[in-house]
Amino acid sequence: MTVNMTKGQAISLQKNDGGTLTAVRMGLGWQAAPRRGLFGSRTREIDLDASAVLFADKQPVDVVFFRHLVSDDGSVRHTGDNLVGGVGQGGDDEAILVDLQRVPVHIDQIIFTVNSFTGQTFQEVQDAFCRLVDETNGQELARYTLAGGGQYTAQIMAKVHRAGAGWQMTALGTPANGRTFQDLMPAILPHL
Amino acid sequence: MTAELVRGQNHPLPQVRLEVRVSAGKPVVAGATLSDENGKVPGIEWVAHPGSPTLPGLEVSKQAAADHRLAFDLGALPESVHRVSVLLALPTGVGGPVRFGAVAAPFVAVTGLDGSEVASYTITSLDSESAVVALELYRRQGAWKVRAVGQGYAGGLAELLADQGLPQAHQLAGSINEAVAQGLARSVAAPPPRTADGERSRHAATPALGPDQGGATPQGTPGHTGHTAAPQAGSPGGPAQPDQSAVTQPAMPGAGGSVNYSHPGRQTAAPPPPPPTAPPAQPGQSAQPVAGDATGWSMDERLYNQVWGMFEDLARTTAAYRSAVDFAESRMEQELDKVLSDPRSRIGGQGDAAREAARAKHGLLVDQARVALDRDLAQLTAESEVVEPALPPAFARWDNPVWHGYRVPMEIPMALRLGDLRLPESSTLSIPMLVRLPLERGLWIDSGRGSLDGSLADSGDLRRLAMDTAVANAARLLAVYPAGEYTVHVIDPAGSGASALAPLVQTGVLHAPPAVGAAGVNDVLARLTQRVDLVQMAIRGGAADALPPDLDTAEQLLIVNDFPHGFDDRAVTQLRYLADEGPAVGVHLMLVADREDAAAYGPLLDPLWRSLMRLTPVPDDHLADPWVGHAWTYEPSLIPPGSQVLHHVLSQVAAARRS
Repeated sequence: MTVNMTKGQAISLQKNDGGTLTAVRMGLGWQAAPRRGLFGSRTREIDLDASAVLFADKQPVDVVFFRHLVSDDGSVRHTGDNLVGGVGQGGDDEAILVDLQRVPVHIDQIIFTVNSFTGQTFQEVQDAFCRLVDETNGQELARYTLAGGGQYTAQIMAKVHRAGAGWQMTALGTPANGRTFQDLMPAILPHL
Repeated sequence: MTAELVRGQNHPLPQVRLEVRVSAGKPVVAGATLSDENGKVPGIEWVAHPGSPTLPGLEVSKQAAADHRLAFDLGALPESVHRVSVLLALPTGVGGPVRFGAVAAPFVAVTGLDGSEVASYTITSLDSESAVVALELYRRQGAWKVRAVGQGYAGGLAELLADQGLPQAHQLAGSINEAVAQGLARSVAAPPPRTADGERSRHAATPALGPDQGGATPQGTPGHTGHTAAPQAGSPGGPAQPDQSAVTQPAMPGAGGSVNYSHPGRQTAAPPPPPPTAPPAQPGQSAQPVAGDATGWSMDERLYNQVWGMFEDLARTTAAYRSAVDFAESRMEQELDKVLSDPRSRIGGQGDAAREAARAKHGLLVDQARVALDRDLAQLTAESEVVEPALPPAFARWDNPVWHGYRVPMEIPMALRLGDLRLPESSTLSIPMLVRLPLERGLWIDSGRGSLDGSLADSGDLRRLAMDTAVANAARLLAVYPAGEYTVHVIDPAGSGASALAPLVQTGVLHAPPAVGAAGVNDVLARLTQRVDLVQMAIRGGAADALPPDLDTAEQLLIVNDFPHGFDDRAVTQLRYLADEGPAVGVHLMLVADREDAAAYGPLLDPLWRSLMRLTPVPDDHLADPWVGHAWTYEPSLIPPGSQVLHHVLSQVAAARRS
């Protein structure tokens, strides 16, 4: 059963049978929106990038993005850069796998962001979504649609953070501007 | 602006009238196939090739050539054409090279009619293939795009065409080859050398591989520094700089990206799942490890991949532990500083309490990190305990019982164990250091530097140990190759290594007695240099059958003791030549040397030292892993004291060679 999340909503990452999740995948998918004009059917390519920033006590200690595909400890893995989107036709174009059990003990929050590397705003993106999947059985836990594309080039999607012995996910959906996650740091910090 | 494509990457095409330029260094056949929306080539009239070079909208060359310019007018193609595949093939039956691995990497570029480059692609890592789909031009939402494909076929044109669904693939491949052979017979001019332009683009294409594929740096490149990892806390600096490229993984599957490059028509390309899978884990405890629990076609390959998996797991879990401890320490320091600068803390016990709290937080986090590390180490240790006994001789330690049942093998193993690797956090767990065979770089066994703890300061002992290490590794190489397929030469100019070399000499596995004196040095080097030259010429000319019949086709290993003793300038130059050119043609180097002894040569020899993989006769932390760059302690694989295993094994090798 999928939870369609709204901004600010938090869910606990517990399995239905009460066991804790061991591995989750943050999937990102999008398609370029067709533009109206002289060449009506032509679409421009949009390169969205998913990144995960690992925080320990509000300090960034590691980041996983298209230039650093695996966190040093191996617990967070990016499956690789997708430059155009739309290949999945509804599936994930980029994905970040998190092995929650192996995340180092000092890391207490992981922030997921989406950036438009090519600089188009989210107005030109169609059907963009971000979803969290239980990697052990492929079940979708939560889906968050990037609705109402506005004049911004980045979005801070969600936060996965420790809560008690397990993990919790909070949908953030905060718009921001920037080409890569570095530009977003000031926008991320208030959410920690 | 040119886009340098990597395999699988696509790029939009701005116009429909285009040229595809090919430059391959050797004559190749260029052609194009048209396919419908199902990706199938319905008939031979959909293929443009030298026997039928023109189709509506495209034209290819009539003959094989080193350089091609294929003209395309994509707008003139029938609507039913959804994909144009540009293919290259080596001409058959004309005495040229029969595999792309023997020629320079073909370079293809899509250009406008004015020659301005739109996209280019260098087709690398081809080996036994004789036909390759270089590019695809395809329709995408009403526009055309180009994709770098680089899919090779060892079965040549016939297999390539059959794979595209052409029913008459074999007949067509035959008629293409015949047309090409006729064309070659007509042509007189030798193929022109590669253009300077193509050469430049090829070099420029290399960094386009992306920064994530570090570690696969070409060996021996002067001045290469490896990829700069942040120094890990606790990794000692000093002269023993970790050699980043010393340990490289053969292929990094994670770097490929989310695009599936496997060919849809050939599902069997993926290795089969490992048969001996671990039983499902009991709830609440981790799975029982099983030897060979990794992908691969053979048990050896599965064990090899499993060892590399253990290597990566240990590197990663240690990185997690170290970063947690570093973080705990920096946080404690910050908090202690804050206490110190707060005037209120001077009153009463508040300061002491805050300091105590900061230390407690630090201790708690470090304890948690240690628990996580211990959990992973226990898992890896359990895995190591089942993997080590299951290893074949090439991967096994000398004290493994598998050596007592040693039989001369029939096949060359995929890798060789050069020693053990361990980290200070897990001193009881050692990972076999496996390198692929044939060796891609020479070995330098350093007889110069002292050990980690400095206990072995006597340089005589160190030299003796270095030579023992060399002999143990050479014996292992001799033992794991089939009989007669590995030849070992020894240069021992002053005879100082005689006692260490005794097992090799007495059992008669050497090609000749160790060469002594300057004359011996020059003689051995001259013979090996000549062999490298001959084999290189034969490979470049594609004429392996023209080699002299008395040439030893076995892999060659040259052990040099006491370098540069007994070497004159000419011999040093020859040795450097062997180190650079030898590995590609099966001549390998094992240098036992103290770099200080060669200090008189100054920076002249720096490229030589860099091109060799440094090993030490005593444990030393000089090797870096390709993932996080920890400094790993290397320990050579030596014969246990008093063991007869070396004599036993070498005797069998010698007996198999005589029979």
